[in-house]
Amino acid sequence: MARDWSSATGHEIHDALHHGTATASDITQSFLRRIEAVDGKVRAYVDIWKDHALKQAENVDSRLKRGQTIGPLAGVPFAIKDVLCTKHGHTTCCSRILKGYRSPFDATVIERLEQAGVVFLGKVNMDEFAMGSSTENSSVQVTRNPWDLKCVPGGSSGGSAAAVVADECVASLGSDTGGSIRQPAALCGCVGMKPTYGRVSRYGLVAFASSLDQIGPFTKDVEDLALVMNVISGRDERDSTSADIPVPNYSQALRDDISDITVGLPKEYYTDALNPEMRQKIESAVKILEARGAKVIEVSLPHTEYAIAVYYIICTAEASANLARFDGVRYGYRAPKVADVQEMYAKTKTDGYGREVQRRILLGTYVLSSGYYDAYYLKAQKVRALIRKDFEEAFQKCNVIATPTSPTPAFEIGAKTADPLEMYLSDIYTISVNLAGIPGLSVPCGLTQSGLPSGLQLLGKPFDEATLMRVAYAYEKNRGFDIGKPPLT
Amino acid sequence: MTKITKADVEYVAALAQLSLDEVTKERLVGELSDILSYMDKLNELDTRDIEPMMHVLPMTNVYRDDVVGPSLDRETALMNAPKTDGEYFLVPRILDIE
Repeated sequence: MARDWSSATGHEIHDALHHGTATASDITQSFLRRIEAVDGKVRAYVDIWKDHALKQAENVDSRLKRGQTIGPLAGVPFAIKDVLCTKHGHTTCCSRILKGYRSPFDATVIERLEQAGVVFLGKVNMDEFAMGSSTENSSVQVTRNPWDLKCVPGGSSGGSAAAVVADECVASLGSDTGGSIRQPAALCGCVGMKPTYGRVSRYGLVAFASSLDQIGPFTKDVEDLALVMNVISGRDERDSTSADIPVPNYSQALRDDISDITVGLPKEYYTDALNPEMRQKIESAVKILEARGAKVIEVSLPHTEYAIAVYYIICTAEASANLARFDGVRYGYRAPKVADVQEMYAKTKTDGYGREVQRRILLGTYVLSSGYYDAYYLKAQKVRALIRKDFEEAFQKCNVIATPTSPTPAFEIGAKTADPLEMYLSDIYTISVNLAGIPGLSVPCGLTQSGLPSGLQLLGKPFDEATLMRVAYAYEKNRGFDIGKPPLT
Repeated sequence: MTKITKADVEYVAALAQLSLDEVTKERLVGELSDILSYMDKLNELDTRDIEPMMHVLPMTNVYRDDVVGPSLDRETALMNAPKTDGEYFLVPRILDIE
């Protein structure tokens, strides 16, 4: 029996390939076997690209055979959230309205990772159009939390997080509009980062809320996070909102030295809404940063309590505009047996979209409609400016802000589906970050007594992902425990 | 507190091109009322002198030369369409002209 590589990190795989102790084909086979063994339980994948993956792995092997050097991510198996356009396979956003859709182009992030020699294992599950916090809104299947199959993996990138934690890939890509990378990373127990708005090209990311959406990676450790960010970051002519700001070498930023760092703890985040066990985990994590020489201070983000209201006005408004394009004319589902064009639009959208997507389209249409625009949308944009100003002022006093990623660990499947507002409130610690456009990451900070992961969220100044990764790296190196692997087999 | 009525839901659904059944309309009256009531929280803040934030990046208009670049060929552009005649997207008749 060949060695099982499925628990390896990207940098371990690179070392093995570089030293010739394994081939990319062996490694890919190892992951395909792992998917076969555990995905029946986890249900992370919606499309497995077996032949494509093996072909990509062979390409890496033949480069190695010819004595060519390979980049740090060559031969490393990845999973892709189904919201990213890929020429291979389908791109459906886990919605009925895009069932069977084949993208004529690759997203920029896919193109860049492919050039880096990454092996793509397939597409993974998500809340329909990335709208949700539990992946229960997928039209395809419900993904399970690898640590407890009764619980959700978080969302909307639940498949991306679960696949990494269940060792069904080394790393994955997700998208984060209000916490959709950081929250599932915390609930499943891996590293996840939402870069600064504009750091990573959104070309080929199916739009949910264009002023908030950002693509980012899920990885097993911070070292791999830096490797992925090195490849996907930077200006892209095809996304006019991608920033023309130089990208540092993130791997070089990873030093176990944070003696120059001041960590801010926002007092508004440490309230009764925070589960006591989660609070204790964050306090222990902050003590470790302090022991490594970081200075810890209290900061204030006074408009925190308004963030959820602002977010659900802005994101639904933008979504209602973005989703208007799915009308059954150029691509996607078209309702059969319709008398005229108006009926075709209405039946296509009503049959094609799930319950949460329809709710958000209606909410967004309402807040933009004549007579309500000023009261909701314009008001939300003004409060958004106040939220951003809060962060600017806090970052005058500190380099990073440390918070819980989620107020609770993973909840049971079905626990919050009846009350949409309660589900929205679970995003309390992540959404301000998207409103302000700043970067944030989540790094595992231990298991609760019931054996569920918790996440430490670190927030940084715009385009200062390097400092965030350095602090996360120092924490990871010194936290004194490894959360281990979920008991899947 | 009921923030919106069934008539409001019907009006917004028509704008959004969704056709909702009665049960769904009733459910949405409750759900959207709850969510919109929660959003009233923003009225606690005086924002008279605050500039609305449209976008997080300081963006200015950028000019470039108008150069023709590669784009999708017809076959690729039509490949996902539910109905075509090989040259155009086909939809049900829009105007009743004989």
